[in-house]
Amino acid sequence: MSDFTHGFWPIYISVITLVSIIGTWVFLKSQTTRKLAPGEKPELMEHTWDGDLQDLNNPLPRWWLGLFYGTLVFALAYLVLWPGLGNYAGVLNWTQIGEYEEEVQKAEAKFQPVYAGFMQQDVSTVAADADARAIGKNLFLTYCSQCHGSDAAGARGFPNLTDGDWLYGGDPDTIKATLTDGRGGVMPALGDALGADGTQQVANYVLSLSGRKHDATLAAAGQAKFAENCAACHMPDGTGMQAMGAPNLTDKVWLYGGSEGAIIEAIAKGRNGVMPGMAQTLGTTSNKDAKLHLLTAYVYGLSQQK
Amino acid sequence: MISHETIEKNIGLLIVLTILIVSVGGLVQIVPLFFQTSTTTAVAGLKPYTALQLSGRDIYIREGCVGCHSQMVRPFRAETERYGHYSVAGEFVYDRPFLWGSKRTGPDLQRVGGRYSDAWHMAHLLNPRDVVPESNMPAYPWLDRPLEDAAIQTKMRRLNLVGHGYSEAEIAGAPAELEGKTEMDAVVAYLQVLGVHAPKN
Repeated sequence: MSDFTHGFWPIYISVITLVSIIGTWVFLKSQTTRKLAPGEKPELMEHTWDGDLQDLNNPLPRWWLGLFYGTLVFALAYLVLWPGLGNYAGVLNWTQIGEYEEEVQKAEAKFQPVYAGFMQQDVSTVAADADARAIGKNLFLTYCSQCHGSDAAGARGFPNLTDGDWLYGGDPDTIKATLTDGRGGVMPALGDALGADGTQQVANYVLSLSGRKHDATLAAAGQAKFAENCAACHMPDGTGMQAMGAPNLTDKVWLYGGSEGAIIEAIAKGRNGVMPGMAQTLGTTSNKDAKLHLLTAYVYGLSQQK
Repeated sequence: MISHETIEKNIGLLIVLTILIVSVGGLVQIVPLFFQTSTTTAVAGLKPYTALQLSGRDIYIREGCVGCHSQMVRPFRAETERYGHYSVAGEFVYDRPFLWGSKRTGPDLQRVGGRYSDAWHMAHLLNPRDVVPESNMPAYPWLDRPLEDAAIQTKMRRLNLVGHGYSEAEIAGAPAELEGKTEMDAVVAYLQVLGVHAPKN
């Protein structure tokens, strides 16, 4: 709290705070001069309300006064121990951020040895470790489940991680790169270039690649258009290219649905699949690398289960 | 010293003394905050909301998002592990009113910018259970309608009165920026900028 724009403010705070505490003390003292002698009865005050309601002029109860002075003593003790008076840091030197950093350090001291052990192992070894999987699952639920689902089976537009089918590749290094920097899959919109008929023809050719129900005439007409417009990324045989994140069109995995309508929509309007990079998302501790390692292993392990 | 009786029987004096005592807390705890660098200077990179983000923010307020989502990551490890760096005062200098919130039925949103894709936000707002089956958040399907914010230029001018610094070109271009957008686009634009200028880990 030492970034006031002017030296006046710490003084302002200290003076008002202390004057109000001491002033309250003096004022309270000045109002409690009245004492009853032993045996003395408090006199009646002059008013009578509602015919018979009367006040006795009693001194303030001592227990109440004690509490009041107690709060004043508490306030002064607080201001000595903790920051409160302008720039004065307090005897305990407490800060909110200091307390936070202490908490983080304690946690790191506890977890660092666990993490360090896993960091020395390669991803496939970690993936086979039950403890690592338990940690990885917690990390996955915290950072990944919002898109990929708590069972990692994905949703429309968000890949299933358990099926062994990979857009960018499923080896440990590629998974780690995907987690660290994210991915941006861009399928350009081809609706204008192909026209409505052309789009339908190509869609039927794409359906034929994986042996789905399709119109053979349309598919035949679409083959040349596919070679011209799509093969650069999806390869001439439609098996895709992981370097581009271009999906394999010959298998049964459809990220956005495998109906004719969904494929026409993808061709006409394009698709933009974004996986955000996790480097800034994985918390704030120095264990970020270990978290990436464990998450990589967890995701790798998901696709290795039989 | 004034006697108790004098104060009780003199209503004007009682009012003055009461106001004096009650105002001490505000004078000491609130007023100095207006004169601190950390509370009045924007963090590096932070800009006033663009016209689209500003409209989205007003929809966020209209739909009552603040009732279930806070925008304040507290300096506890449990929070920074989940959300990212704890919030600092300089992130809120263009938030009028601030939307810190006081209750988390849903997660904190102060660091949500860039965390999910636009497509995720749209699917999630249309029906949260499409992407998060366990979610108890209500769906907001009506957001998929044209954005109408006739007052956008007035809003920007008013915010300039308190130092947001929109240029005349930005104000003149605001209606064009909102042209053809849906309320969904605006909300997502707002959500995607939340916390992107946070201190980096």
